[in-house]
Parts: sequence; C-alpha cells; structure tokens
Amino acid sequence: MAAPTSTPPSSLRGSGAGRRADPIFRWIVVASATSVLVVLAAMILRTAIDAWPVFDAMGIWGFISGQEWSVGSSRSEVTGTYGAFPFIYGTLKISFVALLFAVPLAIGIALFINEVAPARLKKAMASIVELLAMVPSVVYALVGIYFFRLEIWAPIGQFIANSPLGNFRFFGPPVLLSSYWSAANILAIMILPIITAICREAFAQVPRDEVNAAYAMGATRWETMRHVIVPRSFPGIVGGTMLGLGRALGETIAIAYLIGSSQRWAPQLFFGGDAMTSVIVNTFADAAPEAIWALLAIGVTLFFITMIVNVLARLIVYRVGRFAGDAAL
Amino acid sequence: MTSFSKKAAAALLALSLVAVACGGGDDDAGDPTAASDDTTEDAGDDVAESDDDDGEAELLEEDDQVGVDAGSADLLGAGATFITPLMLEWIRDNEPGINVNYQSIGSGGGIEQFLSENVDFGSTEAHLTDEALAEAQEIRGCDPIHFVDAFGSVVVSYNDPDLDAALEAAGQENIILDADAIAGIYNVEITSWDDPAIAELNPDVDLPGTNLVAVHRSDGSGTTNIFTQYLDDAASNWDLGFGTEVDWAAGTIGGNGNEGVAAETQQQPGAVGYLSYAYAVENDISTAALINADGNVIEPTLDSISAGPSSIIDSIPEDQRFAILGVGGDGYPIVGAHWILAWECGYDDDVAESLIEFFTWAVTEGDDLSRDLFYAPPTGAFEEAVVAQIELINSAN
Repeated sequence: MAAPTSTPPSSLRGSGAGRRADPIFRWIVVASATSVLVVLAAMILRTAIDAWPVFDAMGIWGFISGQEWSVGSSRSEVTGTYGAFPFIYGTLKISFVALLFAVPLAIGIALFINEVAPARLKKAMASIVELLAMVPSVVYALVGIYFFRLEIWAPIGQFIANSPLGNFRFFGPPVLLSSYWSAANILAIMILPIITAICREAFAQVPRDEVNAAYAMGATRWETMRHVIVPRSFPGIVGGTMLGLGRALGETIAIAYLIGSSQRWAPQLFFGGDAMTSVIVNTFADAAPEAIWALLAIGVTLFFITMIVNVLARLIVYRVGRFAGDAAL
Repeated sequence: MTSFSKKAAAALLALSLVAVACGGGDDDAGDPTAASDDTTEDAGDDVAESDDDDGEAELLEEDDQVGVDAGSADLLGAGATFITPLMLEWIRDNEPGINVNYQSIGSGGGIEQFLSENVDFGSTEAHLTDEALAEAQEIRGCDPIHFVDAFGSVVVSYNDPDLDAALEAAGQENIILDADAIAGIYNVEITSWDDPAIAELNPDVDLPGTNLVAVHRSDGSGTTNIFTQYLDDAASNWDLGFGTEVDWAAGTIGGNGNEGVAAETQQQPGAVGYLSYAYAVENDISTAALINADGNVIEPTLDSISAGPSSIIDSIPEDQRFAILGVGGDGYPIVGAHWILAWECGYDDDVAESLIEFFTWAVTEGDDLSRDLFYAPPTGAFEEAVVAQIELINSAN
C-alpha cells in the first residue's frame, strides 16, 4: 500500500466485509448493556408485585416502622402482623458499627502498604488482604461461632460492659455470644478488603508532585500522609466506605449465624437481634406463602436502602470531588 | 511470600470448590423419574449404580432390584428435615427396592411442593389446616391423605456446669421442669435457676443463680411447632401461640437448625434450648426431666417418648390430623407426629403402587430403623390404621 502520508493506516481499521460487522457489534454491545437493566427491572417488579399484599395490608410506613413480626400460615391472604423495624434497625446498626472499625483500619493498612512497607512486603501484604475477600462467608460464620466470639469478641464486650461505659444503655450488660456486636465484628473483617483496595487506589492517585512538594517543605513522612495524602484522597475513602457499606448491608450467612436471630430489636450492642438478610435466609424454607410475601417485602426494602446508600455515595463523591480534586473513583 | 499467598489462595479455592460441590449434592440427584421411563432396564441399572458411591455388594443388589422390578416407578418427595435421617435409611434399605428422591426442604416447603403437585408425596410435622385442605380439594379434585410414619419428641437441653455440680451434690440426675417453668424461661420471666418456680420442683437441689438465656430455632421448624404446641396446651403462662415460627420474647436468641441451637446451648453460659430428641442423644447433650399431665417426672428415653403416642391412639381421628397433648402415665410430654401427605386420586398406577409399597414397608418393617435413630414408630392397632390410610392412595380414581 503506497500511502502518501508517512503514517501507515492502522491495522485496527478493517476494510470491506469486516466493516459491515460494525452494526452487528454495536447491536451486541447495546443488547448486553440493556440486558442488565432488564434483569434488574424484572427482579424489582416481580418481587415488588409479589410483596404487594403485605405492603397493602400493613401500609408501607407500617411495614417499615412496625415492631411486631408474627407470621401467619395462610396461602391466599395476609393474616399475620409484619413489622420489619427490628430487622432494618439490626442491619443498619451492625453495618455502621462495622464501618466504624473497618474504615480506620483499612486506611491504616492502605497507607502502610502504599507508603511505608518495603517493596517486597508491599506485594505480600496486598495479596494477603485480598485473600480475606476470597474466604467464603460461611467459613467466616463458622470461625466466628467457634473461635472469635468465644475468645475475643465476648471477652472484649464483657470488659466494655463492666467498665464505666456500661452505664450507657448501648454498652450495657448482659453480653451474649450471639449479638449485634459479634455480627458487626465479623462484618468489619469481611468488608475490610474492599475498603482497603479502594483506599490504596485513591492514595496511589495523589499526584506525586504534591507529595514531593510536602517533603521539600520539610514535612515528615507522617505529616505528608496526614496533611496531603489522606485529605487529597477523601472522595476515594468515602467511595470505598460506601462500597463497604453496600457489602455489609447485603451480607447474609455470617450474619444469620452470629446475630442471634431474635426477631426483636434491643437498644444494647451486646444483645441478640436480627437483620434483614438473616431473617430471609433463616425462615424462607419453612415459610407459608403469606410469610414469603413478607420476606420479599423485606427484600424490596433492602433493595431501596442499598439504592439510597449508593446514591448518597455518588452525591458525596461528586460534591467533595469538586473541591478536593479528582483523586477519586 | 508471593508463592505463599498463591498456595494459600489455591488452598482456599479448593476449599470453596469442595463446599460448592457438597452444597450442590441435593440438586445433583435431580429427578430420576424420566430416566426410568425412557431407558431400557440396563440403562436404568447403570444410572442406579453410578449414583452409588459406596459400592457395597448389598446396596448394589438392591439397586439391581430397581432395574428388575419394571412395575415400580421412582418417587419424588419433599418436606421436613426432621425425618430426613430416617427417610434416607428407609430409602437405602427398602425391600421393595423403590427408588425415592427425598428433598429435605422443610415442612412449609413440603406442603407447598405437595399442593403445587410438584412431588409425589409431601412430608410435614404440622398437618394441613382446614383452609389448606379445602384448597387442596380444589387443586386436585380429591382429598389429600395424612398418615403418620413416625413420632418424634423434643427435649429441653441446658448448659451450666454449676447446675450440673449442684445436681450431682444432691444426687439428682436431671433438673426437673414443668410446662410453666419452661414457658417462664422462654418468656424471660424466669431468669435464673434459683427462681422459686424451679426451686419448688427441685427442693433437694441447691440451685445456682446463673443468668438464663433461652435459645430457640431461628428457622421455621416442625420442632418449634411441637415444642410451642406443648407449651400452648400445658402452660398457663404461655400466650405466644404455636407454629413453626412464633414471635419469641425479647432477650431470647435463635440458632439455625438443631446444630445452631446445640452450638448456642453448648457455648453460651446459662443457655436453655430445645432440640429434637434424636439430635440430643447423638450428641450426648444434658436434658431436663419433665413433669407430665399426671404429675409424673419423666426423663426422655425411647420408651417414654413412645408411651405418649400410645396413650392417645384411641382418640386419633380417622383423617389422622391430631396433636399429641396432655400426655400422662409414663409418657414424655413433648411429642409430635410426622406426617406423609399423599393424594386420593390422580396418580399413574405405577406411581401409586410404588407409594403404597414403599410406605407400607416403612411403617410395618422399617420399625427397627426408626428405633435405631430414636424415632418412635406407629405400633399395634395404630399401625393398622396407618396402613389402612396408605391404602387410600389413588382409591378415588
């Protein structure tokens, strides 16, 4: 091919029949993208329709704020009382307590891996943290039941409950093995990898010039981290936190085994309660049709909570990102 | 270090694959009905043999019978987890050599699958309600049949070394409880062993002041149904009703399955739980002796749990929908029946024949297997009544 220019045409550019593939390829891409939306819409619609009798009987607000969950056994109408507040409360409570532990820890790990650790340790540490994400949640559940809660969480809980903090209702005794506290702790471990990964990503994107400038100004390594890297990465940290929260809200098996499944809510941290996912997985198999509608209603509610969390996360990242720079997602 | 993490990753991957493979086991069995209808006897044989990993001669022989007996159809059933250990034994050892696929999905699921006509028989620890019965008649145009294939009982277990020591010092084997005391513990009104209500029942024991934590099933369960039905009938202070799932008092905690409740009772100091008798025996868990309707103190044993059902056999209605309440004499009071659900019409002849053969064998000759696994089988006149009920299968065709 004798091209008049010095640059030869790209080998990516096809000719003849090959170019007719474009519309087909485009169609495939559009169809793939659409299928996600269709599947999602079908799931929401289907569960919402099936759950409707319960929302209808209890009222949406009545369902969300009701404190009594007592299932009926009818196959055609709603005869029980379905108030999902204890489950919504439990899910939010353990998720936020888990974030309280996981976020600072994840930031610390990410800073260590990115800024402190020597090159060889860096890779090893990163893989080890990622390994945490590969452990199946039922394994977490078992280790939680037979080890962590006996040896670590309950003793710590007991210590807190006996300390002056125990005078606050939230930290008050008794300390049970299956409790919000145990569930929150296992969640903290489970959401640690994703938050760490995103924090590392965000820290790595802080412009090197700014970091070097801080050093040039005489800042120590720790001052640089505190005053440059972490503030600059704030949107990324928020993003990672929200993803972690999303994971926490949806976690099921480990929670079902550790939260105590009492179907009642309690203000204390060291007490048994229940969460949205765990009540679904625990009672689904033996439920009468009307109870299944109620469980689907919990599923729909959980979906909306997750959606609100995600929208909030986007908003925060967007707002903060505008003045903190773009070192974010 | 990297190679270490790779190895660890590989190990974890392997572990999770094993978990997935085990979890999928139930589904793998699939629906064998199609295979036996469409293939020759030899092919049927191959399927049966490849399913059987044990390779024991005895088993192979029986599997051969499946192929030889061309008249018997495979059966598909679903329902209570309570009966699963016994059902699996029956399926493995049954003499008619009928191939049964039993899916252990819970009583609620069993009723649902039965009424949706997805399975040949359902299995449940809570008989059909009148509403469900009426609906069933509309679905299939004939009556569903209930028949009892085994009785099981529920024991109250606890975990407290202090109490064990106190009992030993007093020379008493089990702590003695009555329905009101159990209800009190589950209502969180009785919060320690030295509560007057319990002290009154155990005058010789220097009861410790351990804080009690009531443990219940977090999943819907026939065990819960039997337990709460007993409390509802026998305890004056129980107002939570009964069912496979009830609205437990605040301050109690839940465990998933017998294993979950057992783990909870073993680990949580001061825990009091309820378990199916078979599970408690197999795991050697300390249990309470109960006071029955005649005021006798009864420990749970195979004899005492069989005595309950025998005491009410005369009053069991013809359709076999009943509850075992008010057990007196030598009977252990918390006892429940397990039912098989089948239809009076609409089966293919060979399926109906298989159903009748299999369950007749199970209740008449499978008794020893029941007792080995700590279930009480129907006996005597009641056994005859059960067989008569089984004969009704497909009778309205």
